[in-house]
Amino acid sequence: MGIFKTVGISLAATGALLASGLVTASPAMAEECETITLGAAISLTGKYATNGVHAKNGYEYAFQKIKDNGGIMVAGKCYNFSAIYYDDESKGDRGATLAERLINQDNIQYMLGPYSSGLTKAIAPVTEQYKIPMVEAEGASRSLFNKGYKYLFAVLSTSEQYLASAITLAAEQAEKEGKDPKSVRVAIAVENDPFSLDIRAGVQEDAKKYGMQVILDEKLPRDLSDMSAILTKVKLLKPDVLIVSGHSKGAATAVRQIGEQGISVPMIAVTHCEAADVVGNFGDAANDILCSTQWAETLSYEDPIFGTAAEYEVGFKEAFPEYTDKTVPYQTAQASAAVYVFKDAFERAGTLDKEAVRDAISETDLATFYGQIRFSEAGNNIAKPMVLRQIQDGKYNVVAPSEFASHKLNWPRN
Amino acid sequence: MDQIIGNIGLLFEFPVVNLKIIIDGIMIGALFALSAYGLALVWGVMNVKNLAQGDFVIAGGYVAWSMANVGIHPFIGIPAAFVVMWGIGWLTYKLVIKRVIERDLFTSLLATFGLAIMFAQILNLMFGSDTQSIDLGYATLHLGPGGFIDVPISKLIGVVVALSLAFGVILFMKRSRMGQAIRATAQDARAARVLGIDTDKVYAFTFSLNSAICGAAGAIIVMAWVIQPFYGITYSVRAFVIVTAAGLGNLPGVIAAGLGIGALEQYGAHIFGIGYQQAIAVLLLLLVLFIRLLQQRRNRQVLQ
Amino acid sequence: MTVLRPVFYLALLAFIIAAPFLLPDFRTQLATLWLFIILAMTWDMTGGQMGYNSLGNILFYGAGMYIAAVVGISIVYDVGEYTNAFGGGTYKFTPTQYFIGMGLGLLLAGVLSAAIAWIMGYLLFQFRGPYFAIGTLGAAIAAGELVSNWEWVGGGQGIALPVYPGDFDVGKLFFYYLFAVMGVILFIFLRWFYTTRFAAAINAIRDDEEKAEAMGIHTLRYKLTTWAIAAFFVGIAGGISGYQLIHFEPLETAFQTINLGIFMVVCVLLGGKGTLWGPIIGAILFHVVKEVTWNYLLGWQWVALGALIVVTVVYFQDGLMGWLASKKPEWFGERVITKPDVAGEPAE
Repeated sequence: MGIFKTVGISLAATGALLASGLVTASPAMAEECETITLGAAISLTGKYATNGVHAKNGYEYAFQKIKDNGGIMVAGKCYNFSAIYYDDESKGDRGATLAERLINQDNIQYMLGPYSSGLTKAIAPVTEQYKIPMVEAEGASRSLFNKGYKYLFAVLSTSEQYLASAITLAAEQAEKEGKDPKSVRVAIAVENDPFSLDIRAGVQEDAKKYGMQVILDEKLPRDLSDMSAILTKVKLLKPDVLIVSGHSKGAATAVRQIGEQGISVPMIAVTHCEAADVVGNFGDAANDILCSTQWAETLSYEDPIFGTAAEYEVGFKEAFPEYTDKTVPYQTAQASAAVYVFKDAFERAGTLDKEAVRDAISETDLATFYGQIRFSEAGNNIAKPMVLRQIQDGKYNVVAPSEFASHKLNWPRN
Repeated sequence: MDQIIGNIGLLFEFPVVNLKIIIDGIMIGALFALSAYGLALVWGVMNVKNLAQGDFVIAGGYVAWSMANVGIHPFIGIPAAFVVMWGIGWLTYKLVIKRVIERDLFTSLLATFGLAIMFAQILNLMFGSDTQSIDLGYATLHLGPGGFIDVPISKLIGVVVALSLAFGVILFMKRSRMGQAIRATAQDARAARVLGIDTDKVYAFTFSLNSAICGAAGAIIVMAWVIQPFYGITYSVRAFVIVTAAGLGNLPGVIAAGLGIGALEQYGAHIFGIGYQQAIAVLLLLLVLFIRLLQQRRNRQVLQ
Repeated sequence: MTVLRPVFYLALLAFIIAAPFLLPDFRTQLATLWLFIILAMTWDMTGGQMGYNSLGNILFYGAGMYIAAVVGISIVYDVGEYTNAFGGGTYKFTPTQYFIGMGLGLLLAGVLSAAIAWIMGYLLFQFRGPYFAIGTLGAAIAAGELVSNWEWVGGGQGIALPVYPGDFDVGKLFFYYLFAVMGVILFIFLRWFYTTRFAAAINAIRDDEEKAEAMGIHTLRYKLTTWAIAAFFVGIAGGISGYQLIHFEPLETAFQTINLGIFMVVCVLLGGKGTLWGPIIGAILFHVVKEVTWNYLLGWQWVALGALIVVTVVYFQDGLMGWLASKKPEWFGERVITKPDVAGEPAE
């Protein structure tokens, strides 16, 4: 569950002792393969700690899988990945300092991203100025991709797409019912942080496009443990769509209290359902809630290292048994995908030169278990869609967009 | 601004909302009162302002949560948290608090602040930073017109347990030998010592009792709300507001103030939005401090 | 001693100037060290010298950061539009705009932070002892929460400032020297300040406020002035930090109450309260230990910090300087100054 176990496993699995600075030797296969050391500031404490650990586990799993599959072949030589991690404490100023430290003092040439848009925003200017390629997997805010960064690449879809598809779905549903999409009323409750505010912007834009009315627009505090005040208003105002985004704690609190207060809104869409394990924790209360996801293990993506999306999930659970009773969060999958992008880029570049690697990354066109990865000029992945899953009888089933949908949408909820 | 006016409008348009807000507020307020209650004891008896108060609450919650994870009923978790946190409180007293009682007050404030940081982080390392809660699976009562007022039975049980615990402690303080010794020490520690009361023992008991009460409060919170390693400060701030408002040595007053502040905060969250919840709590603290100050000024005293 | 002192200061100054070239990889960490020194020295003005332990000085740091950023942006663009444009649009600053904006921003950050301290002080200095600590802590938390709900300055998104125009390494040196110059000015100022009658008055407030008042010292005015001076420097330091960090968030970076807000107190306690050198030595000690060990503890660092606070406060409250003073009073003990005009001359 906690960091104790996680650290224990990663120590055993990949010799991440390196990370704790006690040992600087390479892992077991050192005599055959050399090591490429990546650097990452990751949130192990503070408000993003839950997902920071998910991301770190994703990195570690990818290192192990790549090693098991023969490592990285660069110009006929074999390499393995390892990483130096520091705890950024979920704070931007700390993250920026640590990025400098990794680059200057630990001589890191290639970076993996931190967790959250806010941290990525703080670190990206540093990596950019040192011309260090950073492939990140957890910073989705659009504001990362309008600054002209050349060394920043993101494998995930940008955050305005997270729940915007729920708005589209609501509009479709309204039309099916013979109603004007304009009549749909939207309630938004998002955390006051860069990621969730970007989601809010995406939802607002799409709602505007359909002429929908936003009747409730609230921000969740950092230490959220009770949102009954918002849900009371939801009860009074009876919106048609309720959007909640607040990382794991937002999802947990919302789902619990939606169940307790008997909130019946036809459509409820939430982020971070899997990361908060809402099904395991709250059972029936989670039913028919829509969850946005970057990736789902039921999708038909595949690659030679991780296998299919489903195989990734099985393999990951074997490596990290604490996830056994949960759905593997997409935060983990995309972290692994970011490592895979590095492997692919190193092999295509045929050299360890960071400029050549950057150019190789920018030309990535890679089919992975996580989906297709191809970067725009700005560095975001434009080849992979977001999907929306609905919790149906405790199972996450893809319901949108229609070309990926495996199940029909249950509507209205309750 | 429009939103604020709209929110106030809702209160008048649907009067039943007021009742719902007050009930929600009283339910969380009962838990605030419980943790404040321990603080009032420690503050009044040994003049230690414990900033780690909220972290004791959260730690108690994790005790109950881990027991529920191995299949022990959460109701047993409440006394268990009480006992475990008693021990931790006693240890904390022996290691740290004992040495700061005689020192100036900033010392105890800063020392307990350090403790708060340690506690939060140790909990994070042990249990991870996920929000956790125990789902009792009880139904929710729907009362009022159209069943608008929902009272989850788990919360109701929590409030009842919290209040009975509070009254139990009041009785204990009034009736038992130890309770009398505690009150005597609070009034005049030196005189108590002269009369043969082992004040060190009284202090140790008081601090352990405080920690145990907080632990029980946490065990209730994890059943009816959610906990997370870093949520301690929420309860610490509330405890300070309540004790400052109610004054020391006024235990029924602490309970009343706790319920009142719970309700006030829910009103604040309704009118200004939940994003202002923490701001409202600390502004209330400042406000209460000033009101106290003005009262003291009338008696030509300074607040210290 | 008298001959050695100027030599010592000159050598120190030379080291300060040369440091970023001697340790080129540590430039940002050295700049942060200066920030710690500035925060510790200013905290000691009220905490150590005046007996008012503030837990909320971080408020001026956050306020300064926001004021400097908003001023810097507002001379070119509309602030509301700028902060709301996170979804698109690019805003460019010419080097002239950047430096004028920053200069003006830093100046106003200092002045307005001092004004905030003065106004808040009227209320908060009514409290004594731990109530002052709780009151200031509350004010800082409230300020952070309110700013994070203020959309005009970006709300929870924070503000992304323009990057230093020109060479990246020059930019790092620029911020280092900006902090260093400020730190040196603050040191020279305090070295003089603590010899004045004014400082004697605030020491009297610390030792016994009632008696000081009875002697005719207008205590409130002294308290307000001291806090405002401290806030002036903290505000500027916050402003510089904002420009150095480029992107900052309200709660986690600007008004970081339980991080930097408490670190500065720990620095002073480590080094020794109420001395000129104590806060500096404490800040160096704290920062170096933190940078050396912190990153390798991966989560445990907060436990270590909590333990450090507890141990310092409980067992070691006089700090390093206090410990030295009791061990070697002939070297580090209190100097009794006979004539306040002849600063620093020990009485024989």
